[in-house]
Amino acid sequence: MSKKIRNNPLGINLNRRTLLKGAAAGIAASALPFDKADAVDWDAFLQKHFTELTDEEIRNVIERLEKEASVEWKKEIHIGATKALPGVKFGYGLDLSRCIGCRKCVAACVKENNQSRTPQVQWITVLRFKKGEKWIDLENSEKYYNPELVPEPDYFYLPVQCQQCENPPCVKACPTQATWKEPDGIVVIDYNWCIGCRYCMTACPYGARRFNWARPEIPVNELNPETHYLGNRPRYKGVVEKCTFCVQRTRSGRFPACVEACPVGARKFGNLLDPKSEIRYLIGNKRVFRLREDINTEPKFYYFFAYGR
Amino acid sequence: MVDGIKNFFIALRQIVKGGIRYYAWISFLLILIALGTRTYLQQFELGLITTAMRDQVSWGFYLSNFTFLVGVAAAAVLLVIPAYLYHFKPIKEIVLFGEMVAITAITMCMLFVTVDLGQPLRVWHLLPFVGKMNFPSSLLAWDVIVLSGYLFINLALVLYALYRLSLGKEYRLSLILPLILLSIPWAVSIHTVTAFLYNGFPARPFWNASILAPRFLASAFCSGPAIMLIIFQILRKLTKVEIENRALFKIAELVAYAMGINLFLLGAEVFKEFYSGSIHKAPLEYLYFGLHGKDLLVPWMRTAFIFNVIAFVIFLIPKTRENFVTLNLGAVLIILGVYIEKGLGLIIPGFIPDSLGEIYEYWPAHSEGLITLGIWAFGALIYTLLLKFAIPVYTGDLRFESKTRT
Repeated sequence: MSKKIRNNPLGINLNRRTLLKGAAAGIAASALPFDKADAVDWDAFLQKHFTELTDEEIRNVIERLEKEASVEWKKEIHIGATKALPGVKFGYGLDLSRCIGCRKCVAACVKENNQSRTPQVQWITVLRFKKGEKWIDLENSEKYYNPELVPEPDYFYLPVQCQQCENPPCVKACPTQATWKEPDGIVVIDYNWCIGCRYCMTACPYGARRFNWARPEIPVNELNPETHYLGNRPRYKGVVEKCTFCVQRTRSGRFPACVEACPVGARKFGNLLDPKSEIRYLIGNKRVFRLREDINTEPKFYYFFAYGR
Repeated sequence: MVDGIKNFFIALRQIVKGGIRYYAWISFLLILIALGTRTYLQQFELGLITTAMRDQVSWGFYLSNFTFLVGVAAAAVLLVIPAYLYHFKPIKEIVLFGEMVAITAITMCMLFVTVDLGQPLRVWHLLPFVGKMNFPSSLLAWDVIVLSGYLFINLALVLYALYRLSLGKEYRLSLILPLILLSIPWAVSIHTVTAFLYNGFPARPFWNASILAPRFLASAFCSGPAIMLIIFQILRKLTKVEIENRALFKIAELVAYAMGINLFLLGAEVFKEFYSGSIHKAPLEYLYFGLHGKDLLVPWMRTAFIFNVIAFVIFLIPKTRENFVTLNLGAVLIILGVYIEKGLGLIIPGFIPDSLGEIYEYWPAHSEGLITLGIWAFGALIYTLLLKFAIPVYTGDLRFESKTRT
């Protein structure tokens, strides 16, 4: 936020007090003593669906989850549950003419969002294409490219992550409503409700969803303790996860980690409902397209070309 | 009530009655089940990383078996139709055993879905009211409903028939006819819903073809009856149950038609994909010719195709259909052919190439094989135990005593 070059993507006034209040609640929760392990297990097993919890129940659940997480990960973890702000619908822009395929976004995302290091989980996939070759079916793309230096002269790059569809097939597919679209347009997952059937992964046309095939492993010193219930809190074995536009950051007025990490400024982010936002400017003035528009998923992820080359 | 409890124990006692061959068979199954359970506990502990499935191919052998078995269960209807609608007596006499195959197959289906879950303890989230079932939006929710419904219908039919028989009485058709009639569209529905489960998403062009549900049904009506053909012959050999040749030949004839349709639909798909030649032909190309040098499934798919064609010819020609050597050869070829075609050939290529164009060649891991074997053994065990009770009732060797008149 301190960076001058970027506006606050929400265009709202966040003062220090609101931020401090959040932190204080987190500390208070983590100071509470432990219950018996058995009681915690039953609570975990019988936990209700997130959208059916009252505010007080959410506090209790989060309190328990923070305790569980601190035991499991040997580190104090704060789990926020900031709700969607009214009048906000998040949108993303990616400038393909700038992207150099360095994958700094991938690294930043893994760190910020507590993705498993072993086995490796990454929410962003960067595809490399040879210039002049067909790329509609993505079959000629290379996901595991590994050059000395980027950008490589004969190639161009297409980063793909959750496109936060307005009409998300994954939400339609989920048999337990464990994934849904929030009022600010972010498609989220309740990691405590997901049964791990992976039907959403079958439904997703963008290969954006990841499954925890094993218990995620993250070194303690690399664990990001500032988390959100619907976002980057450490996940369990056997549940699905994906990009949430860094819900833990963006709902309090910050940019997603990938946007901040991009060294060439190819990544843009903002409020689609705010006519003065950067993302609205891009959609209105640049040559934008969305992936697989033929299937009417209505992504809120816009690819564009700021300049030709 | 007292009668009921007594009768229950009479029925239960049937399970321990049997010769050395029976005990050997049961022990064999129990060993396989134990092996499968042990492997599953490992998978439960470590996660699905023990399988060969990954993000690219996120469903594999478990769901393949599930799909194959939904077909087997649905195929019971192929016995019900001639038995009750056309009153073809030889089949009417054995429809009971077909319904028991359906019960067994559905139970196995549920096991296969369960072992595929990442969080099996949360399976209650799927239930209506208690959990948060996503009905009517999710086809998986539909599948839960139709499969449990089908299990219930067949259990009711089998239990009622056995109950009446065990009292030495004919069953009243008027009482169960509505349920029998319901079971026909319901059988079609379980396989249609299962096809729609794959069918509904443009993310997977291979499945996103309206031909999928008809293809599912056609192949199901080949493999299910083929399995029954084998089971019925074993029954006839090992027990006192009498099954007329005519019944078997009629089933074989129906299989021939189903296989004809199945091959026709495959041909229609092959034509559409290869003649139009759009990018959506990639999965089919992968199956039968290989894609970008990756061709793990090609020999299997070609074998399955050859098996199906040979079986079709065998079952079509009355002479070979009514010769037990060729009949059994045909049945085995169909079971294998459809198992490959539907297991490997319909589920896995939906993910190849994956949504981002990657070709991850999936082949079931050792552990997936063992768990699958365990579930098949469990199915065989259920069916054996059901038979153990049903056969003596059916042949009249076992009769319950009942003071009350029913």
